Amino acid sequence: MKARHKGFIWLGLGISLLLALFLSPFASSLPDGLEKVAETKGFAEKGAGDSFWEHAPFKDYTLPGIKNERVSTAIAGLTGTLAVFLIVMGLGNLIRKSSSP
Amino acid sequence: MHIPDGFLSHGINATTFVLSAGTCALALKKVNRAFGEKEVPLMGVTAAFVFAAQMLNFPVAGGTSGHFLGAVFSSVLLGPWAGFIIITLVLVVQCLGFADGGLTALGSNVFNMAVIGALGGYAMFSVLYSSFQKREKGFFIALAISSWASIVLGASAAAVELALSGTSPLTIVLPAMAGVHVIIGIGEAIITTTAVSLILKTRPDLVRAFAKREAVHESAA
Repeated sequence: MKARHKGFIWLGLGISLLLALFLSPFASSLPDGLEKVAETKGFAEKGAGDSFWEHAPFKDYTLPGIKNERVSTAIAGLTGTLAVFLIVMGLGNLIRKSSSP
Repeated sequence: MHIPDGFLSHGINATTFVLSAGTCALALKKVNRAFGEKEVPLMGVTAAFVFAAQMLNFPVAGGTSGHFLGAVFSSVLLGPWAGFIIITLVLVVQCLGFADGGLTALGSNVFNMAVIGALGGYAMFSVLYSSFQKREKGFFIALAISSWASIVLGASAAAVELALSGTSPLTIVLPAMAGVHVIIGIGEAIITTTAVSLILKTRPDLVRAFAKREAVHESAA
C-alpha cells in the first residue's frame, strides 16, 4: 500500500475518533425523528421494556460504571468507532482472502 | 430512525429480515469480486466515520433531533454494494453493542437504511448524475438530492412497516415520519456534500462514483 494512501486512512480514522471523543458528548439529546413521532402519535410505550437483547455492553451509548454522562458517552463512542473499524477491516480481509485463490 | 423492539409485528420483521439477508449475501458476492488491498481499509475508515457521525444528533424544528446516516455517502465513495455492507455492519454493532435499534427489528432497520438508503439512494444518484451529463455541478446536485431522498424514503418505509404492523395508521404515521425527515434530510445533504467535496479536493481518486466519470472520459478520448 502506498504511503499516501495509508496517510489518508490514518487521517480519516483520526477524525472519526476525535468526533466520537469530543463531539458525541455534546450531541443533542432531544428525541430523534422516530422517537418524536412515537411520542406524539401515542405508540412510544410499545417500545418500552420490550427489548430482546439485554447484553449490550454500552446500552444507549453509556458505560455502566461511569457516572459522568459526558465521559461515559465519549468512551462508548470511542470504543464503538474503533470496534467498527476493526470489525470491517477483519471482515474485509476475510472476504478478500476467501475470493483470491 | 432506528426502530426498537416492540414497534413492528413479527411478520414484518421476518419479511424484511429475509429481504435484507438475501441482499447481504448478494452484496458480499459483488464486493468480494471487486475489492483489493486498497479498498478494505477504505471501507473500515468509512464505517468508522459513519458510526461516529451517527452519534452526533443535531437539533431540528419542534424539539426533535436528527443525525447523519451516511448511506449515500458510503455508496458514492465505495460503490453501492460496499455502501450497503458498511451501513449493515454499523447497524449490527449499534444493535448488539449499544442497544440502538431492536434485535428483532434489525432486518427492518437494515432494509430501511441499507437496502433503501444505500442501494436505493445510489440508484437515484446514478440516474440524476447521468441526467446531468456527469458534470461536476451535476455531481453535487445529484448527491444532495439523493442523500436527502435516502432519509425521506427510509423514514417513509419505516412508516409503512409501522402501519402494516398495526402500530399506527398509515394516514397518521406516514405524513408525520416523512414530514420530520424532510428536515433531517437537509442535514444529511449538507453533511454528505461537504464531506464528499472535502475528499474530492484532497483525493479525487477515492470517490468511486466520481472516478468512474474520469474513466468514461478517458475511454471516450
